[in-house]
Amino acid sequence: MGLQEKLKELEEKGLNEISLAKELSKLNEVRVNFLGKKGPITEVLRGMRDLSKEERPKVGEFANRVRDNLTAKIEKRRTELEAEALNKKLSEEALDVTLPGTPMNQGQPHVIQQIIDNIEDLFLGMGYQVVEGPEVELDRYNFEMLNLPKDHPARDMQDTFYITDEVLMRSQTSPVQARTMEKHDFSKGPLKMISPGVVYRRDTDDATHSHQFHQIEGLVIDKNITMGDLKGTLVTLAKELFGDRFEVRLRPSYFPFTEPSVEADVTCFNCMGKGCSVCKYTGWIEVLGAGMVHPNVLKMAGVDTEVYGGFAFGLGPDRFAMLRYGVDDIRNFYLNDVRFLSQFNKRG
Amino acid sequence: MKLSYEWLSKYLDLDGVEPKDLAEKIERTAVEVDSVTRLDYKLKKIVVGHTLEVTDHPDSDHLHVCQVDVGEDEPIQIVCGAPNIAADQDVIVALHGSRIKDNVKIKRSKMRGVKSNGMICALQEIGYPDNVVPKEFVDGIYVFPADSGVKPGDSVMEALGMDDDIIDTSVTPNRGDMFSMNGNAHEIAAILDQTANFDVAEIESSLQSETKLLDQIKIEINDEKDTPVYKMMGVEGVSIKESPFWLQTLLMKVGIRPINNVVDVTNYVMLKYGQPLHAYDLSSLKGKTISVSDAKEGSEFETLDGMKRELRSSDLMIMADNVPVGMAGIMGGLDSEVTNQTQNVVIEAAIFDPIKIRKAARYHNLHSEAAMRFERGIDYSALNQALKEAAILIAQFSDGRVLDGVVEGSNVKKSPQVVTVTLPRINKILGTSLSKGEVLDIFRRLDFETEFDDQEQTFTISVPVRRWDIHIEADILEEVARIFGYDNLPVTLPTGAPTVGQLTAKQKLIRASRNVLEGLGLTQAMSYGLTTIAKSARFVKDDHAQVKVNWPMTKDREALRMNLISGLLDDVAYNQARSVDNIALYEQGRVFYANGSGQPEEIEHIAGVISGSIQAKSWNEPEKLVSFFDIKGIVEQYLKNLALTGEITYTAVQDLDGMHPGRTAEVKLDGQIIGFLGQIHPLTAKEFKIKETYVFELNLTEIVNAQKKLQHYSVISKYPAITRDVAMLISKDVTNEQILNVIRETKQANLVNVELFDVYAGEHLEDGMKSMAYQLTYQDINDTLQEDTVNQEFSKVIEQLKEQLDATIR
Ligand SMILES: [Zn+2]
Repeated sequence: MGLQEKLKELEEKGLNEISLAKELSKLNEVRVNFLGKKGPITEVLRGMRDLSKEERPKVGEFANRVRDNLTAKIEKRRTELEAEALNKKLSEEALDVTLPGTPMNQGQPHVIQQIIDNIEDLFLGMGYQVVEGPEVELDRYNFEMLNLPKDHPARDMQDTFYITDEVLMRSQTSPVQARTMEKHDFSKGPLKMISPGVVYRRDTDDATHSHQFHQIEGLVIDKNITMGDLKGTLVTLAKELFGDRFEVRLRPSYFPFTEPSVEADVTCFNCMGKGCSVCKYTGWIEVLGAGMVHPNVLKMAGVDTEVYGGFAFGLGPDRFAMLRYGVDDIRNFYLNDVRFLSQFNKRG
Repeated sequence: MKLSYEWLSKYLDLDGVEPKDLAEKIERTAVEVDSVTRLDYKLKKIVVGHTLEVTDHPDSDHLHVCQVDVGEDEPIQIVCGAPNIAADQDVIVALHGSRIKDNVKIKRSKMRGVKSNGMICALQEIGYPDNVVPKEFVDGIYVFPADSGVKPGDSVMEALGMDDDIIDTSVTPNRGDMFSMNGNAHEIAAILDQTANFDVAEIESSLQSETKLLDQIKIEINDEKDTPVYKMMGVEGVSIKESPFWLQTLLMKVGIRPINNVVDVTNYVMLKYGQPLHAYDLSSLKGKTISVSDAKEGSEFETLDGMKRELRSSDLMIMADNVPVGMAGIMGGLDSEVTNQTQNVVIEAAIFDPIKIRKAARYHNLHSEAAMRFERGIDYSALNQALKEAAILIAQFSDGRVLDGVVEGSNVKKSPQVVTVTLPRINKILGTSLSKGEVLDIFRRLDFETEFDDQEQTFTISVPVRRWDIHIEADILEEVARIFGYDNLPVTLPTGAPTVGQLTAKQKLIRASRNVLEGLGLTQAMSYGLTTIAKSARFVKDDHAQVKVNWPMTKDREALRMNLISGLLDDVAYNQARSVDNIALYEQGRVFYANGSGQPEEIEHIAGVISGSIQAKSWNEPEKLVSFFDIKGIVEQYLKNLALTGEITYTAVQDLDGMHPGRTAEVKLDGQIIGFLGQIHPLTAKEFKIKETYVFELNLTEIVNAQKKLQHYSVISKYPAITRDVAMLISKDVTNEQILNVIRETKQANLVNVELFDVYAGEHLEDGMKSMAYQLTYQDINDTLQEDTVNQEFSKVIEQLKEQLDATIR
């Protein structure tokens, strides 16, 4: 048998063994057996010395072709085997993807905080500053400077915790108005502020009363502020908090520190204005109080009422949260039941 | 105030103005409306019946069998248990198939074997509250009086006026004028742009007596501030009986119980004019001098309701020859009350100091209709007519005659308040562009006499005395705005110089703190600032003084908190009592330290609590119970976010109230304590009824004020790092911090990190010893480090650990 025939036979044998190799190790064996330094092809090539000069290149070329073919087929087979092995491994790794994921710990803001942040962001965007004030206030700022002298009947509406005759737990966030107005340098531009915070009243805690709750106070003082501006601001606020579907209604009201005074109602969340027990069949829910700052309040804070004027508004995040989420007991906000707090997990 | 739509329609043309629409207009223009209701709501088939025959039930000792004419061909038989049922009465009959109060259906039935074709009703059974029903009918059925003019078969709802719509307004403190029908008529006239009709009664000669009241009593008022107006009129020869049927039903509709023809008139006139009146039996005052003075502190007085009340010197009293006969503006006395025997009455119409009345009403908890009106002010211009009309009506209803003359004790007069405002000012404040004519029209509707000066563009408004709430320009602006309509105001936003809306550094840091802690798994809690004296002072090391409230309502809310942890522990207890065991909460809020007699110091704190497991057991993960190092990890990670320039250290503290003595660390910033963390003392945990719990509390004000790194970044080396491990045997007393300090103090140029990777104590180790292992990382920012350099530096560490801490390197 000539070398060429031998090579041909080896090639066939090799190809056969390659196709029979079922594992990578077997394939490797085939590679070593046929293509290794001690393998038959090398052997055959060694025998080339005995060939004539004419035959040598032909056989050499043929041998290389055989070797290349085998190498290529081994590589191809290797890829196939690797893919098979990988597929096998992957199918073995398959999981029940319906099993629950590993629980991750994540906390979240209190529902009232969410409402406060929401309102803060809205007003920051409209150029307001956020101002805080003391929770333990002087009678002077909590009442007197807000046009509520000692014997004013409206003081009854806000029964107050006193620390001494002159020091009290603030019953509203409005004193921050008085403090800020007193300090503000109007030559440096208008005053636009909101003030969120905790307030205290002598109320017995029950489903709808709490001795502690939150308020957000807003105030704008400038040269040309109109009641239309107040209306626009309240409408913007209501739409931000409740959505565009809600209508806003303004009614006359009374607060000692504003005149004209306004109470703002929005369409009842529960019945969308049709009338239900939540809105006492009016279709409206009262959400905030507001008005044009009373001249006495401006004067007491040293603001020139001939030049400056403005509006103020106040609202209760606790009440908002109760209305928006249908929370029927205000005490829920302060018990910190994890099952309650964790429900308000909607972001954005 | 409860407004009868029917009564209002006597003043105004309400054709085509539905009660609901009128209420909406009142609400949008004047005062809030609580409700619009009808007493006949859902009532059906209730008619007047005439009892023809009433016999005892054969098998009952209290039931009666009645034959009742209900306007049909045949009388019907009804069994009735009321004690006051009798023949020949006009009564309320709920027929078969009728609906009474609470939508209860009445059907034919048998009562102890006797057929009953309906029910004879008490007023309460058709919806009147107990306190409105005339006393004689409270415990029985209602019997129509002769002057009611009812016939069998008539609708009871119509007969009693229950088909009237009652608009209940909630009057704000400034609108005392809205506490009278006349005031409401003025207001609604303005709203509807109508002119209201007011009837003005005069004494007919047939009702006039020639006897002078002044011959019977004198009045002396010394203090015109306390009692600016005090007047009396008298009626002689009265016979006390029930009022006319129309008056009784009117009072009942608006929630007032009919008493007799004198008291009912005083109530009626009060509703009409807003002027409270009081009627005395003249015999108890005859020949005496009436005065008003401060009560004697601590003295006792028996009011009309039979209650003995201890008086305070700030209570104003009506005196007869220096003996108290009534509490001014609040309630009369029992001794001078009008009774069935009264023959002559004297009526008091007065105005008292609103503040004194308010204080007395509050203190004695007597918020009567009269007090409510005195507190908000009285129409000076209506008093004379109110007093006169009361005298006329009493005389009419009681067959008496009005005594001659009005006796006056004081008579301060008020004249219209003149207020000016310019047209530009109105438009500037309201944001409107109203014309002079439009504004004048508003004042015309309000019936305010107004002049306009074209040159000055100024309105001069003469505000009638009946609108005593209006004094200044802002009051007028409010009137214009409301009548113009808040709905019609433009919707704009403030213009003017732009302002930047931006959180302060402190506000940003607080927001960031919340975000970080939430990211670390803690949920925000909000607790009460007021707590018990004990809880307020827990977990506080320094000698801070507590802030307490005067007259606390409960022991639970007596002092302001000086720590946030107590509140959080209450939250843990609340949850764990409900089998919610795994808790991770934080709170951000203020603590309060007393500061002499002034305002206390308010310090922002932030605190957290973890209890139960930090990772609950799940199908693929084991449970991980909370530990000291979890709470410390949270604090470390939190503080890392704040880029504080100063160095944070943790030192063991043994004596912090409520904390585990071996598992508590003070958190220090550059050596200054800014808070603490650790385990709640097992005894404290038991006290709060909570499981093993770890907490931290930090002074956020200090953190806000602390210096922050401008650039929270250092360059990352491009060159490879080399690590060396050192494991050592060392005394148990030596702390991690000590070891780190020794390593740090060697001041090696290329040491960039030291990491503890193993702590072991126990088996195979000598008593009192532990094994600690650290990995040290070396890296040069500019060059590849040479092994030699590292070896040199590392050997120094080994040397120092041996020398300073007696460590055996393993
Ligand atoms: Zn509704």
